[in-house]
Amino acid sequence: MALLASSRHEVGSKSYPVLVYLLTPLVALGLQSFLSLHFGFFALIDLPLLVTIYYGITKREPISATLAGAMIGVAQDALTHHPLGIFGISKAVIGYLAASLGVRVDTENNGTRLLVIFGSILSQGAILYLLERHMLGQPFAWLWVHELIKAVINALVGIILFALLDLSRKHE
Amino acid sequence: MESFLSRYRNVLVLVFVLLAQVIGLAVQVRRPGQSAGDKGGVRLIRAWVVGVVGPPEQLLHATGHGIRGVWTNYVDLIHVRQQNRNLQAQMDQMRLEEASLAEDARQDLRLQALLGFQQKYIYKTVAAQVIGTAGTEQSRVLLIDKGSRDGLASDLPVITPDGIVGKTRDVFDHTSQVLEISDPTSGAGVILQQTRIQGVLRGDSWGQPEIVNISPDDRIRAGEPVITSGGDSIYPRGLAVGTVDRVVADPDGTLVNVLVRPSANLARLEEVLIITSTGSQMPAEMQQNLSDAQQRASDILAERLPSRADPNAPAPPAGAASQNNAQPGTTAAASPDTGLPTPPPKPPAPLHTDHFSSSSVPSAEDMVPGQRSANLEPQSGDDQAPEPGRGNTQAEGARTGGAKPAGAATRSAPVNPSQDGASGKASEANPALAAPKKPSTHPPENPQHKPEGGSGPANGRSKQSSTPDEPASSPATAPQSGAPTSAAPQGRT
Repeated sequence: MALLASSRHEVGSKSYPVLVYLLTPLVALGLQSFLSLHFGFFALIDLPLLVTIYYGITKREPISATLAGAMIGVAQDALTHHPLGIFGISKAVIGYLAASLGVRVDTENNGTRLLVIFGSILSQGAILYLLERHMLGQPFAWLWVHELIKAVINALVGIILFALLDLSRKHE
Repeated sequence: MESFLSRYRNVLVLVFVLLAQVIGLAVQVRRPGQSAGDKGGVRLIRAWVVGVVGPPEQLLHATGHGIRGVWTNYVDLIHVRQQNRNLQAQMDQMRLEEASLAEDARQDLRLQALLGFQQKYIYKTVAAQVIGTAGTEQSRVLLIDKGSRDGLASDLPVITPDGIVGKTRDVFDHTSQVLEISDPTSGAGVILQQTRIQGVLRGDSWGQPEIVNISPDDRIRAGEPVITSGGDSIYPRGLAVGTVDRVVADPDGTLVNVLVRPSANLARLEEVLIITSTGSQMPAEMQQNLSDAQQRASDILAERLPSRADPNAPAPPAGAASQNNAQPGTTAAASPDTGLPTPPPKPPAPLHTDHFSSSSVPSAEDMVPGQRSANLEPQSGDDQAPEPGRGNTQAEGARTGGAKPAGAATRSAPVNPSQDGASGKASEANPALAAPKKPSTHPPENPQHKPEGGSGPANGRSKQSSTPDEPASSPATAPQSGAPTSAAPQGRT
């Protein structure tokens, strides 16, 4: 099965320069905020979530992925008018799931990445729906077609983004 | 115990993180009526994140603005002159309209004073550039480059010249968050301009503003303007909000929601204005504008009067003269040499001597039948033909009282700019408006009718109005739109 990890090398965690760890989430947040202003369709893309997934499936450490997801999510919440924690909770869960999956499957494969991102986007939508609609009582529209299109677009963008982030990986 | 912790360490960390955030959410949830801004640690976190993300965005925005500025300032100048002409013509037309609205505004002020109505006027605004957004579909929030250091505070209205945008929410030192009217958690008091139905505007789940929970009414039609009602104590009354898009049934009951197409382009906002100060008294500048509106409109009408041609002015170049003759109806145009707007081209000077100037016409009491033509014949020179038009003008002036003869006298007389008082200008406007009436009493197709004397310019004007490609702001059309302009102030003042 090509999608499953076939050797110890494939499940070993990857390391990156510290600067990349710090800058990538900030750049993702800034680009998300800036590009959405000039290109309306960019609001469909969730760069901070893609970064969370990437570090989850490459680091393969659920705890660090959970904490990273929570911090990135809270930072994303800070740019909105929502209470802090909406995106924090959803991205913490996604980070944990991505890291747990990264241990079990071959995350170097583009097909795997495509499926992981696709599922993560849908999962985040479901978590946001639960939190906003049922916990906070805020209006939240759920349209299956819209969510599926969003997941597909993010998956395609994620493949390109992951390939770019792979370039910053430290060579062993 | 240790084995349990080590075995489920990952899950426990996840549960702990989630639990902490859920508690944090519970702390942040506000009761209705509480202010929108955050406090304490939450505000601090927001300030940190905005402080980190904001400056690079400002830098990117400034860079893009600079590149666009180079294009606009150095490359795109080819359209400036044409735009200048169009704007000049548009400005003339708007000044005429402004004069008519000015009188209504004065009346409105008087009535408001009588009723003790509290109106809010905009005293001061701060211009800001939009540098970012929240970046998600769930939050319609903008980031602007002005903050508390620039005098901003929470819950200030944010507008564009087209309409309202939203209100400020969290204000930091150099940046602020603006909650758009398209956000589901926003709210603005609005009123439908024609049906006068009031309601609360907020965004739906897809980001389109809607007036929620109003009673069904067949009079609500698509395209009806929506303005602010002033009832929310945030937005001043009368600001443009948008137009009615369509009416949809409220899924929760028998009421309806009115979807609104916003006037301001919320998807493409670059600059906004934040209203930082309002008051119940009309600002002095606005009062001065109201006072000047009538005067400026009279100036424009006077400029367009054929009799305004200055006989002492230096002769224009032959090309310019032929151009003026070829296009008598055109309005203000830019000088090709300087690029500055020039006065509208004037029709040719009248061929015959003026018989209607106030200095040459005796009072009606002194006039006897037959004496007028005898007195005027030496002045008219070669003009011996009977002129029914004049008689009609006199009779018309007599019917309408004192203002008309004065206006008629001023119409043909060369106007001295130094004598242009406010009343004089207003009286100039009326004859210009009355001039097109002449052809109806004396059809131009009558071959025996000769335009002459004081009716010369008037006939010239009616001739201009018959040109098919005349612009909307030409002298022939301006009196129609300006008719109430000059009439209303005279009656009221």
